[in-house]
Amino acid sequence: MCLAVPMEVIETRGSEDDFLDPPVAVVEAQGTRATVRLDIVDRMPGPGDYVIVHAGFAIHTLSKEEAEKSLELFDEMAERA
Amino acid sequence: MIRQNEKDAVKRLSKAIEAAVSGPVRIMEVCGTHTMSIFRHGIRSLLPGKIELVSGPGCPVCVTSQEDIDRMIALSSLKDVTVATFGDLVRVPGSGKSLAQARAEGADVQIVYSPSDALDMALKNRHKKVVFLGVGFETTAPTVAATLLQARAAKTDNFFVYSCHKLMPPALDALFEHTDAKVDGLICPGHVSTIIGASAYEPIVRRFGLPCVVAGFEPLDILTAILLLVRQHSKGEARVENCYERAVSQKGNERARALMYKVFEPKGARWRGLGEIDESGLSIRDEFSNLDAEKRFEIKTCESEEPKGCMCGQIIRAEATPPDCPLFGKRCTPATPVGPCMVSSEGTCSAYFRYGNHA
Repeated sequence: MCLAVPMEVIETRGSEDDFLDPPVAVVEAQGTRATVRLDIVDRMPGPGDYVIVHAGFAIHTLSKEEAEKSLELFDEMAERA
Repeated sequence: MIRQNEKDAVKRLSKAIEAAVSGPVRIMEVCGTHTMSIFRHGIRSLLPGKIELVSGPGCPVCVTSQEDIDRMIALSSLKDVTVATFGDLVRVPGSGKSLAQARAEGADVQIVYSPSDALDMALKNRHKKVVFLGVGFETTAPTVAATLLQARAAKTDNFFVYSCHKLMPPALDALFEHTDAKVDGLICPGHVSTIIGASAYEPIVRRFGLPCVVAGFEPLDILTAILLLVRQHSKGEARVENCYERAVSQKGNERARALMYKVFEPKGARWRGLGEIDESGLSIRDEFSNLDAEKRFEIKTCESEEPKGCMCGQIIRAEATPPDCPLFGKRCTPATPVGPCMVSSEGTCSAYFRYGNHA
């Protein structure tokens, strides 16, 4: 099952490419906090970025602006003939 | 909470769809999470009658073959083995019993949220052999690959993966090449596309002339995708469009794919409903064979048999809808599932049952 809601990154720990102790982020959405792995994310996020999470792993990083942009996009699509 | 401006956007999109539709349009939502979202949000009630939505082969548990289900259950009954799995698999009936029944008979079956939780379980219980059941598409396989790399770095000798991972593009190819699935456009999966990229659907557009739109899971995402598909269909066009740009790029997540192919290699795989498809599965590469449950355990099963009368196969091929099945809602319910499409939270039968069959 895919989780639709991007989660906000609060802090990150660890370094890239360390398989023994993989990098993680503490993330939060709708009052829920979780720790997610960053080994397969497309771009290392920083605090304030958002990530899409699948099975305990971040799979995509998006900036706050990208996370908020979608509503405008929907409007634009409806208006385009 | 739906904000007022979102409600307005829903209305505008519905109107735009109404205006764009000419003849009948049959649209397949490939992904199980889309199926659930369409039902949960009542998307069908917002669409003109000419638009039909059908579900595709994107529920990983549903497309797992009966043989693989039986082999997973057989694994759970081996001495000192703990089977760690996502929750959806536990109640899928095998030819004899389900993992849930095996657990009631004493097997150690643990539900985990992440493959890395299964590895933690192995590291904390060194006397147990923990086997993670790897079921899922391109979104899940990299998470399992990363976990296997961690297991190797930690020199773990009691963690294994039974890999049933599957690849989406070969399944779509097989579906439109070899079956009677007739659709006019595809709502392409959201997070599979995050990994494989929107460009992965170009061959399907070229081969089958099918409009493909990548979509997110919110109602507005899905309505936008339907609008774009209807517009392409009405104009007689076919191309890939991406209305989930916040999570899906053209190329996808190359880092995740590199990890996935470091650990796995493509192989033929058996799908429920679709049969054997070349290069549509992922097996663990030889250099990781000490972590491969398939190679480390002798798994014995009887002849596998799909449940009699169950139409999951036809439903996965979009040749039937759940109400066509004589078992649906009678012998087969979420409390007494006969086939996997009624068990999984992403299964089409489960969605029809939970939200009423207002198709």
